[in-house]
Amino acid sequence: MKDSRLTQYLPYLVVGLLALFPLVESTFYMQLLTKVLILAIFAMSLDLLVGYTGLVSFGHAAYFGLAGYALALMAPKYETVSLWWSLPASIGVCALFALITGTLVLRTRGIYFIMVTLAFAQMLFFIFHDTKLGGGSDGIYIYAKPLMKLGEIEVANLEKLEHFYWLVLILTGATYLLLHRILGSTFGRALLGIKVNEHRMRALGFPVFKYQLASFTLSGALAGLAGYMAAVQYGFVNPEILSWHQSGAVLMMVILGGMGTLYGSVIGAFAFVLLQEVLSNQAWFGIAAKHWQLAMGIFIMLVALYMPQGLAGLAQKFRRKPAEEAADE
Amino acid sequence: MSEPILRTKALTKRFGGLVAVSDVSLDLFVGEVHVVIGPNGAGKSTLTNLLSGDLPPTSGEVIFEGRDIAGCTSDHISRLGIGRSYQKTNIFLPFTVFENCRLAAQSRTPHALSVFQQAGGYAEINRLAEEAMAAAGLTHRAGRIAATLSHGEQRQLEIAMCLATQPRLLLLDEPLAGMGPHESQRMVELIKGLTADHAIMLIEHDMDAVFALAHRLTVMVNGEVLESGTPEAVRSSPAVQLAYLGGEELLYD
Repeated sequence: MKDSRLTQYLPYLVVGLLALFPLVESTFYMQLLTKVLILAIFAMSLDLLVGYTGLVSFGHAAYFGLAGYALALMAPKYETVSLWWSLPASIGVCALFALITGTLVLRTRGIYFIMVTLAFAQMLFFIFHDTKLGGGSDGIYIYAKPLMKLGEIEVANLEKLEHFYWLVLILTGATYLLLHRILGSTFGRALLGIKVNEHRMRALGFPVFKYQLASFTLSGALAGLAGYMAAVQYGFVNPEILSWHQSGAVLMMVILGGMGTLYGSVIGAFAFVLLQEVLSNQAWFGIAAKHWQLAMGIFIMLVALYMPQGLAGLAQKFRRKPAEEAADE
Repeated sequence: MSEPILRTKALTKRFGGLVAVSDVSLDLFVGEVHVVIGPNGAGKSTLTNLLSGDLPPTSGEVIFEGRDIAGCTSDHISRLGIGRSYQKTNIFLPFTVFENCRLAAQSRTPHALSVFQQAGGYAEINRLAEEAMAAAGLTHRAGRIAATLSHGEQRQLEIAMCLATQPRLLLLDEPLAGMGPHESQRMVELIKGLTADHAIMLIEHDMDAVFALAHRLTVMVNGEVLESGTPEAVRSSPAVQLAYLGGEELLYD
């Protein structure tokens, strides 16, 4: 199948338009878009596990939230911290935590894997909720945004909304390209093989556990990147960012967008936040707006029933029609 | 006489009270097809699973090229040079025939963990995959999705994937299962062609194929080796005729 010109250049067009967005809009929608892009990174990191390695994690918020807490705990209270070391350090903490939990959870499969990943996330939730380590249920404030300085030159001022927005946009693109590259490599193909037929991969001589652990660690690290950015955006962290609601929401984004298609996760994050905004709009839905989760649940169910490939699958359906008819003789 | 590439000594597997494989000792040689026959439940597939590492033995030794591999994991055993095919077709259904073979070949290369080189970019891996497809007679199907192949072609792909891992010993578990006469004939020719530079252990029910291929024949009943030797010797063994082949007239008609 050959892509048409339009679909080939569509991603660049979308990124270009998104980059120009701050020129027309100033506050509310730019913040909303920043949030969406951060969640897109988070969703892509989970798609690596769910869609490409065949591991359904229900505790992915643990890595997202942990990075936020890592930043909050590393940042001196009334001073600014440099992004150059606090970001890699936060991601490193998440990667290490994923490596440790991965060696344990990867001994289980299927429903047990879902439960054990959830259990680890809940453990972390209660550690931060019930102890003074991270300010308990109130959380911690991050008073100043991290600094991006090279020597005396300020590369970006994250206090400015548009600077932060652009940084997040670049990181979203970089995450996509990195994962796209990795998934096309021999390593990525082996992950896909494990997803399709783990038993056969083992019989062919692949050390399946090592591949899964590498994928789990990378996924945790990228969730950490998203979590760090979320903490910077909101200026505080509390246990809610590692609650199971958060794990469920990101899983829904991946399913909504279509598992196993990276760009689907990005679409899923957009669709999820958009739906959330629309369904909780009191002017439109009145009293029902308070219970937007109910409507969201129904919508997700409909997607699961009638569009098992998610929104990305829908896009592919339209795009592939003529080519497929030709291929079917 | 040359050394066996694989030798089992008193190999035993128990599942609770059931002894699935009991005290089996056999030798496999390069250039020979060693066929294992026996009624259903005789322990043939369990024996294969013990040699390939899909199951750990309860006791006994498996010596492959001088080292004891009993209890090693299946991926380790595969990397040592033992390839196996499965009784029930076990392939990557959504992938193309080429990708199935390429993935198998990829498991042999030390640089396979490199994360940035794109998967199609390794000439050596591609060459191994293409050779394996050619050996199994699947080159004309390279671009087809495995799920759309006929049953016989899927069985050929099973062997091709096995070959792409460059094994020295092949464990083939009923490769002719469910095949028509024409497909069976092609598979027998394929296995014959592999005999010269591989050791092959073959489990098979199709007696025409068994006697066409076997250099050595082992009969298993209830987990034990009833008789082992050249096909002629086994054919004329009274114990075998009684227990397995069910009477003289079957053999001499």
